[in-house]
Amino acid sequence: MIEISRKVEQLAPSGIRAFFDLVLGMKDVISLGVGEPDFVTPWHIREKAIFSLEEGYTSYTSNKGMPELRKQIAAFLKTRYGMNYDFDEEILITVGVSEGLDLAMRAILNPGDKVLVPEPVYVSYRPVVELAGGTAVILKTGIENGFKLTPKQIDRACGKGVKALMINYPCNPTGASYTRAELQAIARVAKKNKLLIISDEIYDELTYDFDHVPLASLKGMKDSVLYFNGFSKAYAMTGFRIGWVCGPAKVVAAMTKIHQYTMLCAPITGQLAAQEALKSGFKSVQEMKREYHRRRNYIVGALNEIGLECHKPQGAFYVFPSIKSTGETSMAFAQNLLKKKKVALVPGTAFGPSCEGYVRISYASAYDSLKEAVSRIDSYLKSRKTLPF
Amino acid sequence: MDEILEVLSNDARVGAAEIARLTGKSVAAVKTAIRKYEKNGTILKYKTVINRDLVQDSGSFVRALIEVSVTPQKNVGFDYVAERIYSFPEVVSCYLVSGAYDLLLVVEGENIHTVSNFVASKLSPMENVRSTTTHFLLKKYKEDGQVLKKRAGTRRLNISY
Repeated sequence: MIEISRKVEQLAPSGIRAFFDLVLGMKDVISLGVGEPDFVTPWHIREKAIFSLEEGYTSYTSNKGMPELRKQIAAFLKTRYGMNYDFDEEILITVGVSEGLDLAMRAILNPGDKVLVPEPVYVSYRPVVELAGGTAVILKTGIENGFKLTPKQIDRACGKGVKALMINYPCNPTGASYTRAELQAIARVAKKNKLLIISDEIYDELTYDFDHVPLASLKGMKDSVLYFNGFSKAYAMTGFRIGWVCGPAKVVAAMTKIHQYTMLCAPITGQLAAQEALKSGFKSVQEMKREYHRRRNYIVGALNEIGLECHKPQGAFYVFPSIKSTGETSMAFAQNLLKKKKVALVPGTAFGPSCEGYVRISYASAYDSLKEAVSRIDSYLKSRKTLPF
Repeated sequence: MDEILEVLSNDARVGAAEIARLTGKSVAAVKTAIRKYEKNGTILKYKTVINRDLVQDSGSFVRALIEVSVTPQKNVGFDYVAERIYSFPEVVSCYLVSGAYDLLLVVEGENIHTVSNFVASKLSPMENVRSTTTHFLLKKYKEDGQVLKKRAGTRRLNISY
């Protein structure tokens, strides 16, 4: 019998996997459980990818990614956010932000190093820290504060061995984001405690109530931040698997070392499609954003109306309402809703043990489906109330 | 474009209360804006897009694009001639265009003969019409931004992080 590594054996969460399998096996489900845009990649980007295959672009690329793409990203960041990154030394093209986060952890952590990780948190954060031999120090955030980290909380958690802070804004699964002033306060605390900030800003283009500000663009922060972004969410290109990381040359070089041995390079078709996205995809981004903005307004209002407390998040396409009023666990709620009303969503506990009593709802679904789903949830809640217990 | 118009242009059935929720405006403000748009002609009509190929009882039906060269009239230019032409109920759309001809018409009829008749007996004999070229439509793929093929279902997984 082959024994699996203890590290991997300990990786969570098994209950969620079974629930996912249940959803995937069911037909005619309205799903609010999807973590990707409901738009198809804009045609001009797909067409570019097809053409690149016809032209015979099927080879490896430079480990760091095609120089043209890195140059384009550097130019884009300069005009969009006023950031200055050297395309050759400070940018690496990764297979999505997911790979980038893993590389970062492996590049900076020594056994016993600690990393501050907020909760609710995207599912991969804790595992990548632990797989790299680090220890995750959890910073809980709650609905009362709109699921935001506070500078005080970060400061208090800092101590011996704490090396980095992971942050994701707008956040999957809560949609929470931060204003410039809030980010400045976080930056000050991070600087004071000499933290490297691992900033995952993959949802940046989907920010609704104010302009998104990259932490790395704040004065004096460039050397303290690893800035992650990619094409998946803004350009509806999840399947192309193209992300990037910008940061201090030393860290990027260390990450590139691991990347070249484990991934070699990001797929060339995706890199060429990404170049097209940057060249002329911005209009599509803005159209998608307006549509999501309206759906956010709808879903927040509708959920509160049917009795599920829901804060108004500033970005991404998720809301994270409380289902505590039902008295059910998030897993039970999700399972019952799926079986009785054929609506799928993700139990909060997938995003950390402190997220019991919450569920993640993705509003990246057609408006009509959203309305139908809300009415089914409403009818589920009402049916529960009439039960004798 | 005003967000209210954006929502309505995509789905005319969305009511004022719903538009208010989607856009974060008050219901009263939305109603006032819609009334204003209806009054000043920004909103002309609310209609349904129907794929006639799938309608069982609509009988036969043809559509033609007709290029028309005309002699403009003194003082009124093309407008006078255009009005005489677009007033025929057979003419579904009428555009003044740049290029080799002047007016582009979309004409509908029960069959090829009806449309030919219209061209031969009404359009061509008109005083200011110099020439016409008729193109019968063979197949419609996309109209007004709408692809006329029922979309395939989503290819996304039903659940993912």
